[in-house]
Amino acid sequence: MTKTITIEGVTRIEGHARITIELDGNGKVSDAQFHVTQFRGFEKFVEGRPLTEMPGIMARICGICPVSHLMASAKACDDLLAVEIPPTADKLRRIMNLAQIVQSHALSFFHLSSPDLLFGMDGDPASRNIFGLIRDHPEFARDGILLRKFGQDIIALLGEKKIHPSWVVPGGVNSPLTAENRDLILAQIPAALSRAARALDYFHTVRDHYPAEVDVFANFPTLFAGLISSAGLIEHYDGALRFVDEHAAPVAELTDPHQYPSMIGEAVEKHSYLKSPYFRPRGYPDGIYRVGPLARIILAERCGTPRADAELGIFRTRLGRSPQSSFHYHWARLIEILYGIEMIQRLLEYPDILNTHVRSRARPNRLEGVGISEAPRGTLIHHYRIDENARMVWANLIIATGNNNLAMNRGVLQVAQRFVDGTHLEEGMLNRVEAVVRCFDPCLSCSTHALGQMPLRIELLKSNGELCDVLQRD
Amino acid sequence: MTTPTPKPTVATVWLDGCSGCHMSLMDLDERLITLAGLVEVLHSPVVDQKQFPQQVDLTLVEGAVSSEEDLHKALIIRARSKLVVALGDCAVTGNVPAMRNYFDRTELFARAYVENAQEPPTPEERQVVLPVVGVPPLRPHATALHEVIKVDMFLPGCPPPADAIWYVLTEILAGRAPATTTVSRFGQ
Ligand code: SF4
Repeated sequence: MTKTITIEGVTRIEGHARITIELDGNGKVSDAQFHVTQFRGFEKFVEGRPLTEMPGIMARICGICPVSHLMASAKACDDLLAVEIPPTADKLRRIMNLAQIVQSHALSFFHLSSPDLLFGMDGDPASRNIFGLIRDHPEFARDGILLRKFGQDIIALLGEKKIHPSWVVPGGVNSPLTAENRDLILAQIPAALSRAARALDYFHTVRDHYPAEVDVFANFPTLFAGLISSAGLIEHYDGALRFVDEHAAPVAELTDPHQYPSMIGEAVEKHSYLKSPYFRPRGYPDGIYRVGPLARIILAERCGTPRADAELGIFRTRLGRSPQSSFHYHWARLIEILYGIEMIQRLLEYPDILNTHVRSRARPNRLEGVGISEAPRGTLIHHYRIDENARMVWANLIIATGNNNLAMNRGVLQVAQRFVDGTHLEEGMLNRVEAVVRCFDPCLSCSTHALGQMPLRIELLKSNGELCDVLQRD
Repeated sequence: MTTPTPKPTVATVWLDGCSGCHMSLMDLDERLITLAGLVEVLHSPVVDQKQFPQQVDLTLVEGAVSSEEDLHKALIIRARSKLVVALGDCAVTGNVPAMRNYFDRTELFARAYVENAQEPPTPEERQVVLPVVGVPPLRPHATALHEVIKVDMFLPGCPPPADAIWYVLTEILAGRAPATTTVSRFGQ
């Protein structure tokens, strides 16, 4: 008799999903699937709309990383205008992008994942959330809240709004930075750095407490992909798209964004609104790859800022150059928070940062444009075609979380095989199945741009569909 | 913890939105700490209780009603909540999710899963694997929340700013009816 377990509504992730686990006749896990349950249709419904609306509309794919969509969309638009944006605009966009990476990583680590680490994977589900943190670990919770605020405040200082600012436009940005706002941000840097350092101190006290999780949280060899600078440094805004193997050895590199279809294909699966991108030269599903903070720090020779590099040194001494367990996404995320804060400071200290020429103007000069940037969760690609009147005729979006879909599915199966025993169900088993998904920090409203949402209920079904056991949180 | 009167209970739900309205709620920042002392958050994307509670005083709903699952949730929310607030433009008007309403669902799916995909290798084969297993069917149109259930209060904005959310929450908790349009507006 085969049975199916459904985790209805995966929580503390950014989107809508469910997980089903199939058991064989002996109650052993035979298969598992991660379903993304929201579909939105952006690739189609933008048809006929003016190009100038794209950054504003595309940002509404996601409220967690709207800035990433602004970046990729604006870069695709720059390409269509065939302009180079002013150097100051480039730096200002980078600052906003990094501010978003800091706030989004803070949300992922503190608000969503740290409750598993502080209360334990088997902790009381009623406390295992941000409100439980506020009650039982107030200082830790405050650091998380204020680190996220640091990023959000920068976004609002630049773009007048924390969520969905309209400041990033084709050709550059809408308005320059004022000296007053620069100083306001600079004044916040030291406090943000010490909060990030405290989070790392804390992380070092617990990171070795989860050997079983490290072992099976999507721990298998895959390719890794992400942007990298010409100097081999970590990169989030521009640069070449590189694929490396499980030993961090380069496999392929893309310098012309228009050529991305030669490297990335998208597979459709019946069980999810989220497609599964794969590295095309290796075919499907062998072309499995991972993106995001862990991928970026594996790809890069180093970060290029002192504190982040010091921490990366500790990471590599402890785990090697390319650890394959997705549990390590958490640590990588904290390293990137440090890097983001340091880099924001460096960019703000450039003498031309207050320059008022921040927008290049042109009419569209091409009919096809591609923009690639690194979202907090990984590589993001916007690809547009327009007509002579600058109206959209077609769009393709490859979303950060989507790139990890194959690895998330395989990771869910790996954890389920270790922790789920079909003869009896325990909450902590299910939480681990969800926690592997949280490592990737999936942003499902994004990934389902195209499609994204998650609810947890596990059902044991007989092969004829008859319900024999249910476990749910309520 | 022994409080003489139990704290008001709150749920927050994310239907077809971008999560921006929930992020604006997170932008309450330190006021989240105050909020944690004022109310009990029973159900939300940021907590682990998966099922909507049997009874709740106040539910904030982000997003339009787009899938059959969204509709099902909306009906449960209404039946079990004293007060339902449509949080943000998607819940209030349909907003961005409703942009798909100009197209037929088959066209939306064809773009995403047949045209913009490479695996399975032929369009005919891709047509056959359209996502249907374990995912909720899409409704013909994405609609505003009040088109399917009675909504008690509307807070526009894309997203409504954290200050506006705070104002609405504190007014409701004080037993007053907040004047929502004074603190936020459509598309803001
Ligand atoms: S109203 Fe705006 S911010 Fe809120 S869910 Fe809709 S698109 Fe996102």
